[in-house]
Amino acid sequence: MKSLFWKIFLFLLLAFVSVAGIAFPIVENPVHWYDFPLIPGLEQNAKIIFFHVPTAWLTVIAFLMSTIYSFRYLRKRDINDDIKSYAAAQLGIIFCILATVTGAVWSKFAWGSFWSWDPRQSSIFALLLIYGAWFALRSSIENEEKKATLSAVYAIIAFITVPFFIFIMPRIMAGLHPGSADDTNSGPVVDFKMNANMMIIFYLSLIGFTILYFWMWKLGYKSIMYKERINKQIRG
Amino acid sequence: MNKAYSLFLKDFRSELRTRYAVNSLAMFIIVAISVILFSIGNERINENLTAGLFWVVIFFTAMSGLARVFVSEEERGTSLTLQLVASPSTVFSGKLIFNLVLVFCMNTIIAVLYAALFDEFVIRNFALFFCTFILGNIGLAIASTIIAAIISKAGAKGTLYPVLSFPILLPLILTSVQLTLFSIDGTGFEKSKFELAVVICYDVIMLTASYMLFDFIWKD
Repeated sequence: MKSLFWKIFLFLLLAFVSVAGIAFPIVENPVHWYDFPLIPGLEQNAKIIFFHVPTAWLTVIAFLMSTIYSFRYLRKRDINDDIKSYAAAQLGIIFCILATVTGAVWSKFAWGSFWSWDPRQSSIFALLLIYGAWFALRSSIENEEKKATLSAVYAIIAFITVPFFIFIMPRIMAGLHPGSADDTNSGPVVDFKMNANMMIIFYLSLIGFTILYFWMWKLGYKSIMYKERINKQIRG
Repeated sequence: MNKAYSLFLKDFRSELRTRYAVNSLAMFIIVAISVILFSIGNERINENLTAGLFWVVIFFTAMSGLARVFVSEEERGTSLTLQLVASPSTVFSGKLIFNLVLVFCMNTIIAVLYAALFDEFVIRNFALFFCTFILGNIGLAIASTIIAAIISKAGAKGTLYPVLSFPILLPLILTSVQLTLFSIDGTGFEKSKFELAVVICYDVIMLTASYMLFDFIWKD
């Protein structure tokens, strides 16, 4: 009953966010409740914020959760923590690819090319590399415990470098991405010139995608756990 | 610390006996630099490129030789004995000292060769370059030692090493390239203190994390 409520709630939320994010018009002087303001430098392209930012946000959340469960594995040596960390990283790489692709499509229209080594693009690329390396490491080890331990250690070391990418690289390099240090139009990321309704839909979209992520993550790790259990029964 | 030093001496002596790492590193430096020289030909390249290429050579040379410290223990089957005689942090210290010495020798040779062979590689702010060089080398040695430990316990050894190291080393390499550019331009310390702070942070954080996590890698 409870899970059914969450599913219906999530469906309504994401349906509303998709419709509102795509269909609500962007006008220069918002009068109606559904009008979005015109942000200089972003203009009509601003609508991607409802879909691109949540994927980038989930990439980092997934990585954070993967690291937290890696910590828990190293402390308690419970193989289920390793499975949870693995399921989180699996989702993380999917959202990472989605964020890269949506960002590249947006930059084609906003900056004129799909890829221009903007600091944000470099940092999402580095995240993709980290995820790729992590999966390469996992697939190279046969022994289950060794795999869990070594990949947990690597996840923690890799996570330490993430603040460098997110907070430091945009400051070192001049960037085009909204929210870069030298951006005069839209200012820092937290201070987008959004009006109240744009803000509400943006946060609703973040919440909706986060719930979706947790649901997918739960399904992911449960299915891996059941698979492991069945494998054990067949063998034993 | 005394034990770590004797561990380093042991590695140093066995290295002198075979000269495997030193020989392969020296040859790798020559090969990498001559490939770059051949591909440049008679073109004049700008300073930005020399700073980047300098760290490209350093990165790939490090990747070719620094995994040896732990991989050789696994190959000879001596890692269990090492676990018996020394605590994990001592082992890590010994291996780290060995890699530090190796990195410093290798990068000094690369820097000297670069200064001799590339006309554009002229350092105008030598003190800044020296700081970058020292801090960058320390970071490189720490990160590559801990990744080498992971690699030696994992199955695949050769190809996985650069793959795992690159994302970890990326912040260090990017800031070091920037700092090398500054020292070629002759920018003062005042303007480059943010980048220097980043490199120092990286070194300290990596060192702490490596010592904390090495126990988990080392104990089977």
